[in-house]
Amino acid sequence: MKLIVGIIKPFKLDDVKEALKGAGIHGLTVSDAQGFGRQRGHTEVYRGAEYTIDFVPKVRIEVLSEDSDVERTVNLIIETARTGKIGDGKVWVVPVDSVYRIRTGEAGTDAL
Amino acid sequence: MGGVIAATKFDTGDTAWVLISAGLVMFMTPGLALFYGGMVRTKNVLSMLMQNFFALGIVSIIWAVVGYSFAFGGKGWFIGNFDFALMKDVSTRFPHGFDLSIPPQLFSGYQMMFAVITPALITGAVADRMRFKAWVWFIGLWAVIVYSPVAHWVFSPDGWLFKRGALDFAGGAVVHINAGIAALAAVLVIGRRKGWPQHPMPPHSLPLTLIGTGILWFGWFGFNAGSALSGNAVAVQALMNTHLAAAAGMCAWLIVEKVRMGHATTLGAASGAVAGLVAITPCAGFIGTMSSIYVGAIAGAVCMFAVSWKLKFKYDDALDVVGVHLVGGLIGTLLVGVFADVSINAAGRDGLLHGGGLHLLGEQALAAVVVMAFSFVVTFAILKVLDRLLSGGVRVDLEEEEVGLDVTEHSETAYAYDRV
Repeated sequence: MKLIVGIIKPFKLDDVKEALKGAGIHGLTVSDAQGFGRQRGHTEVYRGAEYTIDFVPKVRIEVLSEDSDVERTVNLIIETARTGKIGDGKVWVVPVDSVYRIRTGEAGTDAL
Repeated sequence: MGGVIAATKFDTGDTAWVLISAGLVMFMTPGLALFYGGMVRTKNVLSMLMQNFFALGIVSIIWAVVGYSFAFGGKGWFIGNFDFALMKDVSTRFPHGFDLSIPPQLFSGYQMMFAVITPALITGAVADRMRFKAWVWFIGLWAVIVYSPVAHWVFSPDGWLFKRGALDFAGGAVVHINAGIAALAAVLVIGRRKGWPQHPMPPHSLPLTLIGTGILWFGWFGFNAGSALSGNAVAVQALMNTHLAAAAGMCAWLIVEKVRMGHATTLGAASGAVAGLVAITPCAGFIGTMSSIYVGAIAGAVCMFAVSWKLKFKYDDALDVVGVHLVGGLIGTLLVGVFADVSINAAGRDGLLHGGGLHLLGEQALAAVVVMAFSFVVTFAILKVLDRLLSGGVRVDLEEEEVGLDVTEHSETAYAYDRV
């Protein structure tokens, strides 16, 4: 099993969510995130004083996936979240030792 | 004046207008709280609201006890006396030199609202780092030792600046120069916020600031047009001037901001309107309608530059009380000497552009300088003494500053959205 983590542009969340739902994924966790990559931050001006805002608002999505579904899911996220401009974000995949469903106590792929 | 005044002498129209104006000016203090509250960081918004809101509490009581009497009692040139202390005779007798068509107590109540908002203006400078206890002591002392004498000099016909011929329709010197220079003294005593200016401290809610600006603008009609103390043509002139100066201030600020910085900002719109309102305050009932547009525009443009001075000279006037209120107040107070016109108000004088020469301008400059010197020195002294006497001093410690004053000073949190 793998955990697929994506950092995407906030306005792309709906597109990504619909695409993943259409592809039949089991579940999705989203949270607000801030950070910077190559895009860096931006500047804001308050009463003539310029401030550099280092962290850009992003959305973090997390999907637990069976190994066989990983490539398809990652490609789907990349295709739907892409604008081609700087700041589109990243997707990475990390191994997961075990997963449990709290309600039933099921473990492994049954818990997905 | 003096003696008992028969109720039949009052004009109901005048009385109604000044009653409403007192309410309008009262409403400016919560408006100011929102104006400032939106500009501080999330962790300090309640402390900012509270410092302003509580001015309505403590200063009102002090005004009834001695404040009014020190500002308007007796016939002295420097300060009032105890004649009206504890509201004695306030409902039956006008201060010396006043002959109004409204009940005498209404004059006291109307002036009370000015005494409340003036020290509240200073909160913006010391935002994010002053102990509430220290603020309470400070504002109480300041209202009596600084505000009342300055109000006496300028507003009382016995006051020495009034007698010399200085004109201040609604408080350009008494309110804005006074509070603005006090704000500078206060930040010099209390020091910079931790991390300023290296770390950004952007406003946490500009919508609050815009709501506050709207309330201030609305209340300012009572502040300026109410200062006619009558529902007459001078009040109408003051209302028109007030509105147009705010409009011109906003336009001018945004034009300069767009050219200098590339964007017209909401905070710029709010700041420009307030700068225009500040500058028109001393002029409101003394100048013509078109002149008010010039006053507002000059204030909006100049204050846009003035708010950057703190970065150059490294004084942490957090919310630009100096850049907007001191500078705006100075502009307005001096421009009275340029634009004043006796055909607008027979109780005024002619300024430079209306054949009055430089005389009035000189008196305006003198009043401005004297108020600045007095307020700066006394404010500085009050805070230095309080810093010695109060346990912990006037400033919170660094850890409290880091956590935020809402929690450390008031044990509350403004926004409890998170469920974790």
